[in-house]
Amino acid sequence: MQVTMTVNGQTVSRDVEPRTLLVHFLRDHVGLTGTNVGCDTSSCGACTVHVNGESVKSCTMLAVQADGQEVTTIEGLASAEGELHPMQKAFQENHGLQCGFCTPGMVMAATSFLKENPHPTEAEVRLGLEGNLCRCTGYHNIVKSVLAAAASAGE
Amino acid sequence: MFPSTFDYVRAGSVAEAISILDGSEDAKLIAGGHSLLPLMKLRLAAPSTLVDIGRLSELSFIEDRGDHVAIGALTRHRDLETSAVLKNSVPILSHVAGEVGDPAVRHRGTIGGSIAHGDGASDLPAAVLALDATMVVRSAAGERTVPATSFFKGFLETDLAQGEVLTEIRVPKTSGGWSYKKFNRRAQDWAIVGVAVVRNGSTRISLVNMGSTPLRASASENAINQGASIEEAAHLASEGIDPPSDLNASAEYRRHLASVLVRRALQEASA
Repeated sequence: MQVTMTVNGQTVSRDVEPRTLLVHFLRDHVGLTGTNVGCDTSSCGACTVHVNGESVKSCTMLAVQADGQEVTTIEGLASAEGELHPMQKAFQENHGLQCGFCTPGMVMAATSFLKENPHPTEAEVRLGLEGNLCRCTGYHNIVKSVLAAAASAGE
Repeated sequence: MFPSTFDYVRAGSVAEAISILDGSEDAKLIAGGHSLLPLMKLRLAAPSTLVDIGRLSELSFIEDRGDHVAIGALTRHRDLETSAVLKNSVPILSHVAGEVGDPAVRHRGTIGGSIAHGDGASDLPAAVLALDATMVVRSAAGERTVPATSFFKGFLETDLAQGEVLTEIRVPKTSGGWSYKKFNRRAQDWAIVGVAVVRNGSTRISLVNMGSTPLRASASENAINQGASIEEAAHLASEGIDPPSDLNASAEYRRHLASVLVRRALQEASA
């Protein structure tokens, strides 16, 4: 089936089987491998992307369901000139990662979360990221990064 | 993991979805896909055709209709969670929707999908059971309504027949106390046991993951409605109920949890 969607501002169109998952569409058909496959069962959040601006687990959505929609991946967060998104900067400055595998999903979940709750408490950040697992258990600095990004947006 | 092959059709209307279902032995509806796709990826379900109703925006609404709130089947958990109408008129439903999965799951999952899936371990089926909600079901023959008490039939089995589409859930407004107690050990897990209590005139209590369908704790309900103490009523939580044993909990532990959670829920709903 022909599937056409906007990925990181660019229109992409591919002929795929209906059973193609969005995450495989992005990685294998479009070549954007920043989005990781972790648990593959909608638990870990490593595959989190935005669909129409909201966080979605791309292992649990068919590419055909995203036909005509706007998808943003970790590759699409920085500006065209390469300037990092404030959330990416906050993760860098606060060392919000250890091995880095969960990071793209964490950053995408966190940016979606701050849109819904721009001034969260620490407890709200932890709850807002409950769908994203860090198997290094590096949550402390991840939460710190999200709080820093929220504070920097208010400056 | 990916599902086995299937044909995909995007329905332009409820009527079109019904006609495709009628013409197929095993076509399945998909909306958010957060119950169906995991089953298909594990090859526990392999429908030959998926009928995508996810874009039928006429099935996404939350409307105040006087004595009840009507909710379109495609209303997402996130929309239930943030709805001012629900927070005001049926606060437990808004709260329970916010307990489903995690934020990304709630951006995709729909109330109709969760109820049509009919998982006894899910939050929303138990909530609509405690609320005495009514399901509105459409088919080629017209429309019928089914009370929640006779909607859930067995393990992942509901009163919906092939060719029928759940279009709307009608939920009576509540004015009394309520509580939802979800016991799990990790963030975003399914409830090992959950309890919903709605006090609206009489008291109704439903149980999550205590059987193959969501269940009413009838013995506890009768006791509390006839003037028994909360302690006495809670003691009867699993009377006549045969809970499952699995990796998370033995049947005996589930019975214990049900009593503890019914007590806590009744206390919170009575405060």
